[in-house]
Amino acid sequence: HPYAGLVSHLRTSWLSGRTRPMEYRVAQLEALGRFLDDKKEEILEATASDMGKPCFEAFFSEILLCKNELHQTLNNLGQWMKDEHVGKNLVTQLDSAFIRKDPYGVVLIIGPWNYPVHLLLVPLIGAIAAGNCVIVKPSEISKNTERLMAESLSCYLDNDCYAVVTGGVQETTKLLENKFDFIFFTGSPAVGRVVMSAAARHLTPVTLELGGKNPCYVSDSCHVQNAARRLAWGRFFNAGQTCIAPDYVLCSLEMQEKLMPALREAIAEFFGPNPRESPDFGRMVGDKQFRRVRALLSSGRVATPGGVQEMSPTVLADVLPSDPVMQEEIFGPILPIVVVANMDEAIDFINARPRPLAIYAFSSDSKVVNQVLERTSSGGFCGNDTLMHFTLTSLPFGGIGNSGLGKYHGKFTFDTFSHQRGCLHRNMGLEALNSPRYPPYSQQKMGLVTATFEIKRRGMCTIL
Amino acid sequence: IQQVVGRARAAFKAGRCRSLEFRIQQLKALERMVKEKEREILAAIKADLHKCGPNAYSHEIMGLLGELALTMEKLSSWAAPQPVKRNLMTMRDEAFIRYEPLGVVLIIGAWNYPFTLIMQPLVGAIAAGNAVVVKPSEISENTAKLIADILPQYLDQELYPVVTGGVPETTELLKQRFDHILYTGNSAVGKIVMAAAAKHLTPVTLELGGKSPCYIDSDCDLAVACRRITWGKYMNCGQTCIAPDYILCHPSIQSQVVENIKATLQEFYGADVKSSPDYERIINKHHFKRILGLLEGQKIAHGGETDEASCFIAPTILTDVSPESKVMEEEIFGPVLPIVPVKSVEEAIEFINLREKPLALYVFSNKKELIKRVISETSSGGFTGNDVIMHFFLSTLPFGGVGNSGMGAYHGKHSFETFSHRRSCLIKDLKMEGTNNLRYPPISQKKVDWAKFFILKRFNKGQIGLALLALLGIVAAVVWKNHHSVLKRKALLIVLAVQRLGWPNVW
Repeated sequence: HPYAGLVSHLRTSWLSGRTRPMEYRVAQLEALGRFLDDKKEEILEATASDMGKPCFEAFFSEILLCKNELHQTLNNLGQWMKDEHVGKNLVTQLDSAFIRKDPYGVVLIIGPWNYPVHLLLVPLIGAIAAGNCVIVKPSEISKNTERLMAESLSCYLDNDCYAVVTGGVQETTKLLENKFDFIFFTGSPAVGRVVMSAAARHLTPVTLELGGKNPCYVSDSCHVQNAARRLAWGRFFNAGQTCIAPDYVLCSLEMQEKLMPALREAIAEFFGPNPRESPDFGRMVGDKQFRRVRALLSSGRVATPGGVQEMSPTVLADVLPSDPVMQEEIFGPILPIVVVANMDEAIDFINARPRPLAIYAFSSDSKVVNQVLERTSSGGFCGNDTLMHFTLTSLPFGGIGNSGLGKYHGKFTFDTFSHQRGCLHRNMGLEALNSPRYPPYSQQKMGLVTATFEIKRRGMCTIL
Repeated sequence: IQQVVGRARAAFKAGRCRSLEFRIQQLKALERMVKEKEREILAAIKADLHKCGPNAYSHEIMGLLGELALTMEKLSSWAAPQPVKRNLMTMRDEAFIRYEPLGVVLIIGAWNYPFTLIMQPLVGAIAAGNAVVVKPSEISENTAKLIADILPQYLDQELYPVVTGGVPETTELLKQRFDHILYTGNSAVGKIVMAAAAKHLTPVTLELGGKSPCYIDSDCDLAVACRRITWGKYMNCGQTCIAPDYILCHPSIQSQVVENIKATLQEFYGADVKSSPDYERIINKHHFKRILGLLEGQKIAHGGETDEASCFIAPTILTDVSPESKVMEEEIFGPVLPIVPVKSVEEAIEFINLREKPLALYVFSNKKELIKRVISETSSGGFTGNDVIMHFFLSTLPFGGVGNSGMGAYHGKHSFETFSHRRSCLIKDLKMEGTNNLRYPPISQKKVDWAKFFILKRFNKGQIGLALLALLGIVAAVVWKNHHSVLKRKALLIVLAVQRLGWPNVW
């Protein structure tokens, strides 16, 4: 049991109560802030080495958005930690009733490789804020960032309460044999199942941020240029390796013909004539991913220059539902367009498939956007843009069905890592008020009990 | 079973249960059922647990009617889309959370409160717009049969089917795909349910159990404390997931505690408990034998009489119980109350923390600070101070476990939220591309500054900064709206210039 010692050490720290006081949590969070400031260049370099992540993208997603979450947490922690007083019924009128936010204990956060700092740090911020001890497991696929995290985080955080574990599948499997009080996993649905099964053995609650194929419906009445730019931006950000990237487009044949040149124009505007040489376009994280994505290209009609050899931004037209590119989450810089007759067909197409992490709909007609929203189901939804719902911390971020369970961001992260404990603090006196509930029972007592315990529909009067 | 679940899913997909009118109509029908079939329901519970009418009513019907009334009244406000706070970037957009049904959910009930532990979750699941497969416990067979009989008479038969049966049927059910499973029962089966759910990535709510400790401080009104404890411990013959399982107290008050409980028992059930109509029985022989086994080698201060034929076990108190004994290893779920002596509240807290997190924790003390201290230094599903059980009846409190005692919670609005998916929605304008330009490649320093300005939250506790930010945002938005084709670049430059001039200092 290679990690039993580590987990046990953290559990001892946890039982000592060290991570509970607000001052302690704030100090650790502030240290994380310093990590983001001090190590900014190293983070940009590491993510550039790992997947050619463009400077701006790395700054935006790995640093800026994390700092956002950090600041929001620090600004509101006192409020979030407070006992939440709740409404009372007649029988508890004189009591104190509140929800206490208890930390779970020792929690595990497993991060993916595509936004290796963000997707580890943002859950970590919530876990620390909620008062837990944390083991963090960065992805071994983003090697340079993994090394950076393993080496640096220990210089900023309390090593008795927070640890970084590195390694691959074998190490993660061994790690999962231990009992944790909560597990937060970001990754693929297949591994999500493995994590949840491991958690079931210890009755450990989980949050799983998974993925899927995020559809994007583009209606006939729409400002094509704007839609194309927003679509291209979302698809090719991080070279397509984003869990909420628009995975494929559904539109009419007419719209396809308009979209293709608009997309070409947008790609040229963003990345120039030679995207592979643009500093603003990333690349696949590794050989295996590159080969996987390239194999998907044997589908449809390539509508963009570049294509197969270079793995540059590619748009495929006339794609069939049976094509390879439509069988799995692409996670690469390919945008297939599937032609549908109309919005109803698009909605049926979406509903016939597993529920995705995000659904997008572009239309100048708000009724169309609303129809797609109301007649489908997904983790989240963004109308007339892509990715942006992710940046608003007041919106809970998570999946449904195959795309995940649980949610986080902003206060939702704090709540995810807290146990909401219902507490009732009663009066020792006034025992006479309790007598109707005690045996021996009688009709009369029952009437009194019903009156004081029950919630009546408004409009019926209660005399007591 | 596959067909039953398949039909429920088809019915859900057909969209019948999405409208609020339909859901309220079904809830009204459920309310009618509970009122019209009250006699049959009480009779079934009596047959299963030897529970008298008034008791069964207050345990299983009253709370349920309350939940129904609350849910029907609040449903439209709970189900309404919830707008959320926006940032400067999204100031002109619509941002809200939609409450949507999960799909087809499974509710597995327990035998100890066989009617309400199926019905209360069902209320929330229907309210949230789901199709629901209901599986009552086969151990409380009369109630299971009744539910299978009457539910289809009142509710939509395809959307809310009842599946009866034992382990084989439940195993088959768990192979199907559900969108949420709520299980009430023990931890061992809880693990099986979660493992089955993991195969389909199905979220679960597990209402399990454990040993709920009850600490009695020496500084407290012992007579009152013991009355309340007696009520909570021996109701339903101790077969309550949140019953005070065992007592921790100073050895010097142990005999007083025993005397007080004895006196209360006399008051509640009379001299001959067996003939009291208000005292229940153990559910079956298996559990009867199990509980009897826990008494071996213990010092019985009161009670101990049993009658296997009627599954009767008298209210029993054990004293000077050793922490290592069998009665302290498993959840008792019977009318046996061990008292474990501890020298101080520190020792009690340590004792509690060495064990699995319980579903409920109780403390009796006149000292408010002591109660607060126990809450802060322990963990449990829920907590009641100076009483037992009562946090269960306040539906504004989430009811659920933590660690071995479960995960997730329900009651009141928490039921609705448990069975709903909170979907984040952001609706932007397809025009107004101006602001977006700054996020697209090719990137320049100007664009980096834009990102910092619009997205980065300042670490500040001042109200002034936020108000200024909002004002600036409104001004910017109005300027753009009215003159965007002309002024967008100019306004942006003004704003960026202002930022560079030193607004950060103000903030």
